Amino acid sequence: MPKVVTDVTCPFCGTLCDDLEITVSDDNKKILSVKNACAIGAEKFNHTKEPGRVTHPRMRQPDGTFKEISYDEAIDFTARMLVKSRKTLMYGWASTSCQAMSIGHEIAEKVGGIVDNCATVCHGSSLIAIQDVGIPSCTLGEIKNRADRVIFWGCNPAHAHPRHMSRYSIFPRGFFTVKGHKGRKIYCVDCRHTDTARVADTFIQVQQGYDYELLNAFRTAARGGPLPDEIGGVPKEKVYEVVEELKTGRFGVIFFGMGLTHTLGRNHNIDIAISFTRDMNEFTKFNIIAMRGHWNVTGSGQVLSWQYGFPYAVDLSRLDKARYQTGETTSVDLLTRNEVEACFYIATDPGAHFPIAAMISSSKKPTVTIDPHINCTTEISDVHIPVAMVGVETGGCAYRMDNVPIETRKVVDPPEGLLTDEEVLTRILNRVNQLMEEA
Amino acid sequence: MNTVTLTVKQQPEIILEADCITPDSFAGKTAAEIEKLPVYQGKQNCTLGDYFKVAGKAGSTPAETQIIVNGDCSRVKYIGMKMSAGEVVVNSSTDMYTGGWMKGGKLVVNGNVHSFCGLGMEGGEFIINGNAGNFLGASYRGDWRGMQGGLIRVKGNVGSDIGTFMNGGEMIIEGNADIHIATHAEGGRIVIKGNVNRRIGGQMVKGEVIVFGTVNVMMPGFHYNQDVELTVDGVTAMFQEYNGDLGERHPKRKGEPVYGKLYLKK
Amino acid sequence: MSEFLIKNGYVYDPSQGINGERHDIAVKDGKIVESASSGATVIDAKDKAVMAGALEIHAHIAGPKVNVGRWYRPEDKLFHSYKRGESTRIEGGFSIPTVFKTGYEYARMGYTFAMEAAMPPLYARHVHEEIHDTPIIDEAALPVIGNNWFMMEYIKNNEIENNAAYVAWLLRQTKGYGIKIVNPGGTEAWAWGLNCLTIHDPVPYFDITPAEIITGLIQTNEFLGLPHSVHIHQNSLGLPGNYTVTLDTLKLAEGHTAKNRFGRKQVMHSTHLQFHSYGGDNWGNFESKAREVMDYVNRQENITIDTGNVTLDETTTMTADGPFEHHLHGLNHLKWANVDVELETAAGVVPYIYSPNIKVCGIQWAIGLELALFSKDPMRTFITTDHPNAGPFTRYPRIVTWLMSKKARDDQIKAFKYSDKVVDATEVASIDRELTLYEIAAMTRAGPAAALGLSQNYGGLAPGMNADIAIYNFNDETTDPAAIEKAYGNVAFLFKDGKICVRDGVIVDPGMKHTFWVDVKVKENKQVMHDVREKFLKYYSVNEGNYLVPESYAPHQHVIALDATQ
Repeated sequence: MPKVVTDVTCPFCGTLCDDLEITVSDDNKKILSVKNACAIGAEKFNHTKEPGRVTHPRMRQPDGTFKEISYDEAIDFTARMLVKSRKTLMYGWASTSCQAMSIGHEIAEKVGGIVDNCATVCHGSSLIAIQDVGIPSCTLGEIKNRADRVIFWGCNPAHAHPRHMSRYSIFPRGFFTVKGHKGRKIYCVDCRHTDTARVADTFIQVQQGYDYELLNAFRTAARGGPLPDEIGGVPKEKVYEVVEELKTGRFGVIFFGMGLTHTLGRNHNIDIAISFTRDMNEFTKFNIIAMRGHWNVTGSGQVLSWQYGFPYAVDLSRLDKARYQTGETTSVDLLTRNEVEACFYIATDPGAHFPIAAMISSSKKPTVTIDPHINCTTEISDVHIPVAMVGVETGGCAYRMDNVPIETRKVVDPPEGLLTDEEVLTRILNRVNQLMEEA
Repeated sequence: MNTVTLTVKQQPEIILEADCITPDSFAGKTAAEIEKLPVYQGKQNCTLGDYFKVAGKAGSTPAETQIIVNGDCSRVKYIGMKMSAGEVVVNSSTDMYTGGWMKGGKLVVNGNVHSFCGLGMEGGEFIINGNAGNFLGASYRGDWRGMQGGLIRVKGNVGSDIGTFMNGGEMIIEGNADIHIATHAEGGRIVIKGNVNRRIGGQMVKGEVIVFGTVNVMMPGFHYNQDVELTVDGVTAMFQEYNGDLGERHPKRKGEPVYGKLYLKK
Repeated sequence: MSEFLIKNGYVYDPSQGINGERHDIAVKDGKIVESASSGATVIDAKDKAVMAGALEIHAHIAGPKVNVGRWYRPEDKLFHSYKRGESTRIEGGFSIPTVFKTGYEYARMGYTFAMEAAMPPLYARHVHEEIHDTPIIDEAALPVIGNNWFMMEYIKNNEIENNAAYVAWLLRQTKGYGIKIVNPGGTEAWAWGLNCLTIHDPVPYFDITPAEIITGLIQTNEFLGLPHSVHIHQNSLGLPGNYTVTLDTLKLAEGHTAKNRFGRKQVMHSTHLQFHSYGGDNWGNFESKAREVMDYVNRQENITIDTGNVTLDETTTMTADGPFEHHLHGLNHLKWANVDVELETAAGVVPYIYSPNIKVCGIQWAIGLELALFSKDPMRTFITTDHPNAGPFTRYPRIVTWLMSKKARDDQIKAFKYSDKVVDATEVASIDRELTLYEIAAMTRAGPAAALGLSQNYGGLAPGMNADIAIYNFNDETTDPAAIEKAYGNVAFLFKDGKICVRDGVIVDPGMKHTFWVDVKVKENKQVMHDVREKFLKYYSVNEGNYLVPESYAPHQHVIALDATQ
């Protein structure tokens, strides 16, 4: 009899929907159907069925081909690489469980690694901004229950976080928002007319690279100050009008994404968006939330923070202290400046995300990648260690974009013989300890 | 004043962290003792003597100690960090954190410096006879106390984010600057003799920025006030005075708000 | 397990009335025993003070807002990150230490238990993840309930039994220890940018007042017979003139009697009272009302308090009192973080510098000390810094020194920029009292253990009790303030569960930490279960099935099981 697993958390994006229902075969080996997920989330579960999963670690040969090796050999290679390297980049972590991260950090502390996660090329700039000015924020349920002014600034949930709008931000009816969508005014600020802009009541098209200036104009308008006639292609009348509308709302929220975090000025765009949000709390209630990408990139930031006090780019290379400086201990800077001697990647694909110069630098260093699948990074690694998919074939804790922790569940067995991240990392830690004792 | 001369004898394989190159750690030490000071390459503990030839002898106090560094130091971080007195002259480019958290004395770099130099500087004089990277005289991440005192002079150009959270001291840039100048500043003065790309004085509470050249894009939160005559670094000229950032909070003095000031040379 | 005999020490154990007498303590298999066999390892405690492990009753050391404080303040770690021992982890942070530093620092000061004072239920899993990673010390967490929608509806309708069933359910879901109330009603109002500044301000849309919430929760607490009383952070925290609100709140305890099987006598624990004992009506005429407040507390025996001592450091304030943090940000303009939590609570974080050069900070410092020095019952008055709000807990050695030495207090008063104004606005300069080690032991061990309902096994040194023992290099003869501070910050020995975890201030064993939580059996309650289902379907953003914190998050749990069905 097939069985239905309920309350399944989707290990795809930072929305972390936890209402999926997955039907699995009675032997726990096959996913038969996925309910409630968006197309991307469903695919994450369904592609476990695809043929061609790598089930054994692989080592690159001098001729560039890969040869299957045992887990023991792969773990020994990894541990030796880590012990030898004087400074190692340990990047990824966004698609694994918090429990696995914790073991990884213990390894990093032993071998002098620099632990960095996907925020480094994503919402790291948001984190810097929060370090500079703080953040007035709330959980997503607050938006559902109270928000009547919703701004999407430089983000496009219609594509990137498909269920965000229906679960939290536009359509749901909540305790004080019984009219749902009808009771909310939706704004979209973007340099393009996105699919999210299509569901907005007001679309503000800002010239690319002028978000900082436009937000400065919003702040100035909120204080009743004078403005130039046009700011980044937006007439000043529009700015005054929108700010007045926002002030008359009972509860406003700004959601923002890569359009702010990775355009000119980066953290400053978030910084001033937060400052605007803070200003609006003089008039009404206002919050701001980052549209975090990878499903557990937030979790990596949390675990690093409670263990070392920094949310990413944590440099443990001196063994006796933790340091942090974006622009220095961040992955892309370390690679392009050739500041590391080896690379250890887990649960993400820098090969697909990093600038080419960084990956060229990476490809010249001893590299190990732990990932369920073959990806851009595994192909420039010396060793690829395949693992079970977290959130599908094994469980563990994850943190949503609003930092709410939710458990991911195991719904099917991994292919036979495949270890989990936690198991692989534990074995690497043990081997590192052994090697260090011998030395 | 006694002089210690360091000469690079070997380039670091990765990068060298050498926060010991300051009059404060050299003071009272012989060349042999200075050679034993710790430097780091990742988790490897090394000594200064592994990478530098050391000649001369330090003075008995930091103030009586001069350090001259010869050879390529572009992969050496932290030179002059936290120095309180004395003098350091580097005849090379240097890497990050040169003059970081500097408190006094004089630091001269006859070359370029990388990012995070003069971070959180409290006092002293920091001369860069080349270009500087980003975050010159800024605050450390999260800190609201950037450059608080002293003088930074740059012969060439600077990157972005200079003087972030600056609340004292003076920075004179003889070349051009990129984006985000004096963001969140609450004091201090930045003079830019060349041109500025964009975003001067965003979220600025107090302080002054003076620009001799052009500005590509002005912040909408800055508003023209009046024309004034100023003497800046020995040059007297007419400037347009702007108040800002009008989107930011401002303290009041005798009931009147105190703004950040931006002066553009007419 | 090993056996120890602690010989020749001066023992301070108010739970048995032992006041500095020389007394040997035997330890076997994690417990204190009558006598040791000849094979026991002998610890020479000559000239040293021997006390039970200390219990922290109120600190913010684990969970979402603590972690915001950590990661949004990299500058708090700058040059404050180090590794002290071979076998320990890297320790970082000054005002908001990392989990590793938190566990080690408590242990070095002789603490073996700490209560995380505010756990947002929706974030309980996060709190437990941090507790799990905090070494050595036992911990528990209090879920914040004072602005919870279920609770407000039940209490408004006077349905104490339903509220009790909900609270029992919530404690099990969150692995929580008791009922925490923070700015009752005010934090819900904050979700609209509003506040409740007195106990009679109505909560917007919920048709209830803070006074009704507090009273209803006291009744709920005693209905369930929980080990701890309600633990309250009152309305109007941190505002000049708030002592009247404080007295109004404390009076709500009158007429209530503790009902429990733990020997707990109080029905209300009023926390960080320093922040609630303010006179004046602005920062100019701000003054201490510690005497007025303590006069009431001394009379009213069913109340316990903790001090919330200001340590005069740069620190990071954090509280579920969302509107207060917004207010504070308006005063100092430093970075403000806030999180409102659906149906439950909120939290704010703002850095703050308690500068000895600012008059108000000096007065706050004095008020915290006055509370302890005016106390007539050290068993009901506990020392805290409301970590990290009034300062980091790592300053306990300094606070103990101020309390034990008038000279230390006078030296500090002299060091203030506005000494005269501080002296004028307070009574601290005229207080000669110096607390004894016996009184310190009551305020940090026996007292908090009794208030937490843990006095059967913790906070004392009687045979049969848990062998959590701190041995310090001082005794009642020690008068040099520097010597007191050094000794209290570096235990000669710390035994945790009968094992030596700290020796001469150095961590030698990671210990076996336990997570305490309370599991109350209540009568099956279909109404409450229906309400839970409905609220999760309609208003929460997570599924009911994902709310529970599984026991795997507290692998070494210490469950206090209760039966409230009778």
